[in-house]
Amino acid sequence: MRIYFTLLAVFLAGSRCAHAQSTLSGKVATTQNQPLDGAHIHIDNLHAMSLPDGSYSLPGISAGSHRVVISYIGYKSLDTVVDIYRNLILDATLKPESTQLQEVVLTETLQAKSTVHEQRLKAETIDKYSNASLGDALKEIAGVSSVKMGSTIVKPVINGLHSSRVPIISNNVRMEDQQWGTEHAPNLDINSAGRVTVIKGAGALQYGGDAVGGLVLVEPVTVLKDTLFGRTIVTADSNGRGGSITSSIHQGAEKGWAWNASGTFKYMGDRESPDYVLSNTGNREANFAGDIKYIGNSYNLTAYYSFYNATIGIAEATHTGSTSDLVRAINSHQPNVVRPFTYSIGAPRQEIMHHLAKINLNKKLDDNTTLAVQYAFQLNKREEYDLRRADLIDKPALDLTLATHSLNADWKQTNGNATLKAGASGLMQHNSASPDTGVRPLIPTYDRFDAGAYGIYSYAFSTTLTADAGIRYDFSHIEATKFYQVTRWENLGYTGVYDNFITQDFGTQYLTKPSFTYHNISASVGLRKELGNSLSLLGNASLAMRNPNAAELFSDGLNHTNATIELGNLGNKKEEAVKVSATLLKTGSVFSFEVTPYINRINNFIYLQPSEAEATIRGTFPVFRYKQTNALMAGLDLHADWNITNRFKYTFNGAYVYGQNTTEGLPLIDMPPLNITNTIRYTKTGWHNFFAELRSEAVFTQSRYPNYNFEANVLVNNELVPTLTDISTPPAGYHLLHFTTGMQFTLGKTVAAVNVLVNNIFNTAYRDYLNRQRLYTDEIGRNFQIQLKLNY
Amino acid sequence: MKNFRTLALALVTIVSFTACSDDDSATTPVNEEEVLTTITATFTPAAGGTPVILMSRDLDGDGPAAPVVTVTGSFAVGTDYNGAVTFLNETTTPATNTTLEIEEEGADHQLFFQQSGLGTFAYADEDANGHPIGLNFTYKAAAAPTAGNLTITLRHLPNKAGTNVAAGDITNAGGGTDAEVTFAVTVQ
Repeated sequence: MRIYFTLLAVFLAGSRCAHAQSTLSGKVATTQNQPLDGAHIHIDNLHAMSLPDGSYSLPGISAGSHRVVISYIGYKSLDTVVDIYRNLILDATLKPESTQLQEVVLTETLQAKSTVHEQRLKAETIDKYSNASLGDALKEIAGVSSVKMGSTIVKPVINGLHSSRVPIISNNVRMEDQQWGTEHAPNLDINSAGRVTVIKGAGALQYGGDAVGGLVLVEPVTVLKDTLFGRTIVTADSNGRGGSITSSIHQGAEKGWAWNASGTFKYMGDRESPDYVLSNTGNREANFAGDIKYIGNSYNLTAYYSFYNATIGIAEATHTGSTSDLVRAINSHQPNVVRPFTYSIGAPRQEIMHHLAKINLNKKLDDNTTLAVQYAFQLNKREEYDLRRADLIDKPALDLTLATHSLNADWKQTNGNATLKAGASGLMQHNSASPDTGVRPLIPTYDRFDAGAYGIYSYAFSTTLTADAGIRYDFSHIEATKFYQVTRWENLGYTGVYDNFITQDFGTQYLTKPSFTYHNISASVGLRKELGNSLSLLGNASLAMRNPNAAELFSDGLNHTNATIELGNLGNKKEEAVKVSATLLKTGSVFSFEVTPYINRINNFIYLQPSEAEATIRGTFPVFRYKQTNALMAGLDLHADWNITNRFKYTFNGAYVYGQNTTEGLPLIDMPPLNITNTIRYTKTGWHNFFAELRSEAVFTQSRYPNYNFEANVLVNNELVPTLTDISTPPAGYHLLHFTTGMQFTLGKTVAAVNVLVNNIFNTAYRDYLNRQRLYTDEIGRNFQIQLKLNY
Repeated sequence: MKNFRTLALALVTIVSFTACSDDDSATTPVNEEEVLTTITATFTPAAGGTPVILMSRDLDGDGPAAPVVTVTGSFAVGTDYNGAVTFLNETTTPATNTTLEIEEEGADHQLFFQQSGLGTFAYADEDANGHPIGLNFTYKAAAAPTAGNLTITLRHLPNKAGTNVAAGDITNAGGGTDAEVTFAVTVQ
């Protein structure tokens, strides 16, 4: 992100005995005392990498004067000469790298700090999920859970909210396509991420005013001056019997040309639950990302391109033709399709391509002012194949092409104690739903135009107190082209209300052009107080407005995963959310914690509610309509780290959210249940940076859920019997144990790390409330993973 | 810097090309090839006579209108009938007859006739593997007058080798339901 750097402090301290060869060790941390995991420490030809707690050890240094370089991507490196005649401790504090590259701040200035608490994934965590997805990795942050469809399509849930309520910003570009349903996972390769940050709530107005739940920021690797280095991670998994390989090369520069390139391949077969093969759950990915940057005296110009290409199998057992199929699936507790393991992927499946290209210019206007301008283009091609009759099997049932152009300008000025940020953005989007599928598309063809502007003012009253306030305005216009069956149009009560949208009458269908315009205001205020004793208190209040998305307005058809007919409503209004949250932070060397309570009051909260049953030739289906209600969500996220000794570290993550439909006095559907993760980690730096970690993940049973069960006529013993279809009751809670261990080796110029991981050690069979496939199959069972990481 | 300009230009060009997409297609109604709107079961007395016709017709497919179910006449006690089931998709113009398609993909489809006490059903056709399809069948009406429900189900990708599936028992058939229609019939 906005990157500043300063070399702050170098602590040198002597240590015990003298050797012919000495060891340099210490800790690498940020200025906020956050340990930097994966920092490079170079002395001549010797290398080391810091561990998650920031500690490193570099043995075998011959006596003499040595140039020591400690570097971390995105941070200014420490480059110094040290006389090493005995074992030394060198603790380094690295400052984030800046677009204002020439700035070196040596004096402590009073600068406004962010009042928004950002939580970051460790580099080791990003690597660990190299063969998984962003949504899986983000679960390691307290308060972030995931909503899934199977094991490959994973979306982050922040404080109980997801999809269009949690925008994902990849390299400063808002990812399009992920804003719709559960089956639209973020189309990005986690391996291209250098840094992943979660911001809970709508406080980060520069990215939009509709982040009712929060934001995920994914930033690529940015490189230090004058280094060329490469990284490769090879991962092999037993469950799915496949693996992935990802490689990247980075050329950095202080001035002139710098570039990065990375590529990833994944190849996985059917996953297996403890008791059966999850047939048709393989997946493939082939991704590329690269950028080239020219750094001038007062500006830098970057061109970036990334390509994500995935084929994802969806468990065949989740396909239901009718309510009878659904009842059979729920009551049998066994998937109706179990075949021997295979790598091949049939239907249902998704084939997705996502191109992202952008150009951005960062310009330093004067010592205190910067301007960033960015144009980005995204092209998303999504084809979903369903189980159809043989002549249609190769024809997608959904075929969407989503093209988005966006332009952003962000201006920032620092004036003593005050920082002012302002910016404007514009977006043009065209979605094309192919009519050649033979299925009426759930999301229609549409055009969307957005424009927005914001201003954020931060002020440091003292070194311990910062406040900020921001406001944003957004304009949005959407115009769709959609066919409605005349019977549906009448059934939805549109006759006489939306007749002006009808442009042509095709007899049994109307061609309509519904269009809507929105004017939204969002705002935030925040306060950050340093309480001393490395304690900080952050408080935020924000107002967010989110427009109903295309699915919530226009959905009209049968969803084969749930055997439900889902109907949007043209009458749905925008959501308005007011969220108040506080974070108490402590960053100590022995004990650190953060606790975040919050309340989110959402008016016009849009959700799917069952209304009636509809009969078709296939049988009777329940109808779910997108309705609006007032909702209240309140919860608490807790994270704590305790360095028990210098070898043992304990980490706690816990989150609880209470969601209530206040209009109807019912619990909100799909709220993540209480979850608690305990981790104990043993580290022995001297033994090739050995670590071993045991993680216990406990997810409780969600006892607060609305009862949306319905009765359907199902054939039992050749008679139609009204049968309860239990789609509401959440599955039982579960407890899983995971183990990871690893060591690091230095082979010449290469640092190699070998990690071994066992997920779900006891091969526990379980289902997760937030997995759309929970009615059909268990989650995946035990997985052994071996991972080789090379830095060269 | 010159290189950079070339590169930027190239990128912009690529972007502008990929940005072009046609959307005239948006104003053409989707041809719903897969929908079944009409299922007709015709029971012709083996000895000749007026057939009994069971029909369910849902012209808006998955739309809100309910299927219209009609039964012409009633079955005669103890009589043998030759039965045939046809499927139509009437959302397309002209209507598509899906029956042939189902027959061609016989190995992936099977019809089931579920009832109790109405008489006996037997398959009169088979797929390439010698398993029944059910588009053609025979029915022997019950020996005494009765009334009840007959449910005709079409399963896609059933497990045809499942226990009793070949005999017409749906319990172990699995697969996905393409059609499931219940008719109130009488035998007199």
